[in-house]
Amino acid sequence: MSNKKNWPLWEIFVRSKNGLEHRHFGSLHAADSEMALENARDVYTRRSEGVSIWVVESNNITASNPDNNGELFEPAHDKVYRHPTFYELPDDVKHM
Amino acid sequence: MSEEQIRSLERQFDERIARDEKIEPKDWMPEKYRKTHIRQMSQHAHSEIVGMLPEGNWITRAPSLRRKVALLAKVQDEAGHGLYLYSATETLGISRDEMYEQLHTGKAKYSSIFNYPTVTWADMGAVGWLVDGAAIINQVPLCNTSYGPYARAMIRVCKEESFHQRQGFEIMMKLANGSPEQKELAQDALNRWWWPSLMMLGPTDAESVHTEQSMKWKLKRKSNDDLRQQFIDQTVPQAELIGLTIPDPDLKWNEERGSYDFGDINWDEFWQVVKGHGPCNKERMKARIGAWEEGEWIRDAAMAHAKKKQERKQKQAV
Repeated sequence: MSNKKNWPLWEIFVRSKNGLEHRHFGSLHAADSEMALENARDVYTRRSEGVSIWVVESNNITASNPDNNGELFEPAHDKVYRHPTFYELPDDVKHM
Repeated sequence: MSEEQIRSLERQFDERIARDEKIEPKDWMPEKYRKTHIRQMSQHAHSEIVGMLPEGNWITRAPSLRRKVALLAKVQDEAGHGLYLYSATETLGISRDEMYEQLHTGKAKYSSIFNYPTVTWADMGAVGWLVDGAAIINQVPLCNTSYGPYARAMIRVCKEESFHQRQGFEIMMKLANGSPEQKELAQDALNRWWWPSLMMLGPTDAESVHTEQSMKWKLKRKSNDDLRQQFIDQTVPQAELIGLTIPDPDLKWNEERGSYDFGDINWDEFWQVVKGHGPCNKERMKARIGAWEEGEWIRDAAMAHAKKKQERKQKQAV
């Protein structure tokens, strides 16, 4: 096996059509960002699945840890007053 | 972590799967779940990659441009499917190189069907129709499997796979409706690929070692025997439609079961091929390892080129 550096991993994001956001499609290995773009085109858009591609080297992504989901996301659960249904209105009020 | 804690985590984990929640890469998972998924997913990826070899064999000899572009696109799809699956497997903490190493040393398996030779053009028809047909039956339930990256990869694979089966069936249909010699080619291909395709759906339930656990994790939704019956029931009428005969004298419609009864499968042959003694095992591995080793200089050159470009950019920026 080669002892040289292996091709790094890239995360691929594709906008399927204008008006929609880029969405994570998967990942692939490539020597640099240009090659990652070219490979992403062949691997993820063989059937016109996209109009725009972003590539990000996986190393550059900082992800939250699911073990911390409690402290990160649970505080939102008891803040029901952030939702419109929390507020009581008489039935006669329209358009609100 | 104490054993008690692990048991409690495992219980919560099983409950999540039972509720149809997906498991994502950074979630806690039992070691066995991780290992089983690495095994099955990498085996699946290897099958896509090795599966290119028997078909690549015919690209330059396709009988028309229409057939050639279709076969080329199909083989390219298989490369793509292999790549989706490899990168999904990498999310479980195994590197691409380790997976290749396992394939090349024989530690990891790939679908035994690809160890059969493709000796005539009709084999391109039979492979698309039967082998991809059986693969679809295997793969559709995996779109709902519990491991998120695997399920997402499978959704894409299944969407693309149905053209593969149709192009194969079209080849068979054309040959079956052609000259007597062409029809004979089609029948001969069906004769050779029928039984290996049935074996491809895996050993009988009684012999299958992974079924129970895999059902629980939704890595498997139906047993091998059920999948095989489904494949037979849907394929027999297709063969009849194009005037070809399934090479099984015991094949008979069973009114009561609403399914076809079929003859005994030669499991000795299956296990021989799995153990490496099929007609093309050595050839396939030689081609695969050769491609990897002969490609090393270009992988290294690409890295060197990327580094040079990067340095040039930095110099210009100064």
